[in-house]
Amino acid sequence: MKPKVAFFDFAGCEGDQLQVANLEEDLLTLLGQVEVVTFREVMKEQSENYDIAFVEGSCTRLQDEDRLKQIRKNAKLVVAIGSCATIGGINSLRNYKDLDGVKKTVYGENAKLFDSYAARAIDAVIPVDAYVHGCPIDREDFLHVVKSLLQGKKPETPTYPVCVECKKNENVCAFERGQYCVGTVTRAGCNSCCVNEGTICWGCRGLIDNPNENSEKEVLIKYGQTVDSAIDKFRLYFGWQEAKR
Amino acid sequence: MKETSFEVNVHHITRVEGHGNINVDVKNGVVEKCEWSIPEAPRFFEAMVVGRSWNELHHITSRICGICSIGHTLASLKATESAMGIAISEQDLKLRKLALHAENLQSHILHLGFLVLPDLMGVGSVIPLASTNLPEVKIVLQLHRTANEMSNLLCGRTTHPQRLIPGGFSKIPSMNELAAIRKKLQDSIPNIQAVAQLIQSLAGKLPNFTRETEFISLSHPSEYALYDGKLLSSDTGEAPVKEYLSYTNEYVIPQSTAKWAKHKRDSYMVGALARLNNNYKKLSPMAQKTAEMFNLQPMCHNPFMNSIAQLVEVVDSVEDSIGIINELEAAGLKSQPDYNKPDIKVKAGSGVGAVEVPRGILFHDYTYNDRGVCTKANCIIPTNQNHGNIQLDMKAILPQIVNKPQKEIELTLEMLVRAYDPCISCSTHVVKVNLT
Repeated sequence: MKPKVAFFDFAGCEGDQLQVANLEEDLLTLLGQVEVVTFREVMKEQSENYDIAFVEGSCTRLQDEDRLKQIRKNAKLVVAIGSCATIGGINSLRNYKDLDGVKKTVYGENAKLFDSYAARAIDAVIPVDAYVHGCPIDREDFLHVVKSLLQGKKPETPTYPVCVECKKNENVCAFERGQYCVGTVTRAGCNSCCVNEGTICWGCRGLIDNPNENSEKEVLIKYGQTVDSAIDKFRLYFGWQEAKR
Repeated sequence: MKETSFEVNVHHITRVEGHGNINVDVKNGVVEKCEWSIPEAPRFFEAMVVGRSWNELHHITSRICGICSIGHTLASLKATESAMGIAISEQDLKLRKLALHAENLQSHILHLGFLVLPDLMGVGSVIPLASTNLPEVKIVLQLHRTANEMSNLLCGRTTHPQRLIPGGFSKIPSMNELAAIRKKLQDSIPNIQAVAQLIQSLAGKLPNFTRETEFISLSHPSEYALYDGKLLSSDTGEAPVKEYLSYTNEYVIPQSTAKWAKHKRDSYMVGALARLNNNYKKLSPMAQKTAEMFNLQPMCHNPFMNSIAQLVEVVDSVEDSIGIINELEAAGLKSQPDYNKPDIKVKAGSGVGAVEVPRGILFHDYTYNDRGVCTKANCIIPTNQNHGNIQLDMKAILPQIVNKPQKEIELTLEMLVRAYDPCISCSTHVVKVNLT
């Protein structure tokens, strides 16, 4: 019998589920291997009977914790997909702000009607079995994780930084170009896709497990960057991870 | 007439982007409640960007929506560029227009093929269609792939662009790459015609419903306005984009959960149908022919026809993109440095960027201090502008279908919501009110 899979979304842009829809012809192949039972973005049918749950988005309020716990209870495996789910992602930007102030900025006097707390990764609420990193996720990476899980293996995730891939791609270092880049401490696996397109690494795959803080300081000194500029860039995606550390 | 009593509660309507609920309560044939509500988790983007630098805002606000990330990036860049008086080259303007066409194609094809077609064919999703109508599904997938390849080429990504930056592009495609995508667009025309014929054969399933409303879009003297133009209301005419707040007039209503918008009437509509109604004569010849297949002419007040208007826009985007690539070729594509970083003089100021994205007109409005740090932001997204119109359509259609079987009522209401192609996670400021 084909394993049953389900997709769920919390606070996020649904861009990761879109990458699944974007698999196009590969999606048809995937559908030969698994049975999709819940995927609100593309199908009407829904079921609580599933083996693998893919969860996109951050947890940003108490009421979502119950939904997450129910998903954990129903599923054999829970996979976090995309930065918001894997590391808290860009939603964590607001964690540095006074939440009441944030609500007032956006909603004025109706702010009190909201329930919302610091944005967090899914594994802050429930145990997670596998991660598909990135903002958005990479389609190949997603397929790799799904294949591993279907074979009963734990998918491998690189523990080295984006810099390694970027050097292999022979990019001109962003620091050499006078820009601040967080590829020095960001988990690889994206093939340095943003730097390849002429920009910088923004950090969407999250901090590596053991970032080399001394070498990061050396980079700052060498290129005349300040600690403030580093902290500022770290906040873009690492907010929840930093708070946890 | 039979006096019916029933409740319809569609919690988290499917095949739309984001979370929306339909709550209907009919007692003895009388509609007691008819509500379109939004339980989406709020994300506070306008507060999140305060304190961030001008060269990051497009990256952050792109994350408002995965489906319209190119449109959000472009509206963001236009707002920043307007605030700081940054001009872009004619070539970059053309490349940005191609990027926007790529997104419209990607989004409209996804909506038509994955989200609307299943309703017309009486199934729950595109998945069963893969076994019953494989050739058609393959055509849809192929069109979608071409649109994604085009996004990839212009933006370096299909979602959350990288190459689009303040002042231009960090990297541009080569003429060979553009010519290759042009060939694919040309080859896709017969496939699009096949999809149009399939939809035409099913168009009888679209409810024949009209409710007069106001249509708001961009408008441009010489093109079907997507990237640039003035504001145009079908009720009150043109106005400069910087007057957008007097058009959108966002407000909170207690019994619902989203900020809504109104202008001349109690609600207005944005999106493909609004654009088509306001700018029909600017559509490409082939696009107008497609509209004629469905008798879709301005002013059309049937919201279900928005899906057909999207199909017409697919044709227009393909034709116009081919034209833009021809122009780039004729002018000779100028190369630019690797890791291009336009020279920008940071200064204090405010600017508004308006762009037509798949679901309608989108506004980003930023204020920067003299260090280029954002001090204030406002983003008004198309779906929020449509909520009021969805609600009023729902109220108007319900009495017309109240004696039909409950399943049919539910499907009609869902189809109505889906016709607007709502993109709810986009909702930068959604208000959560307790519903009882």
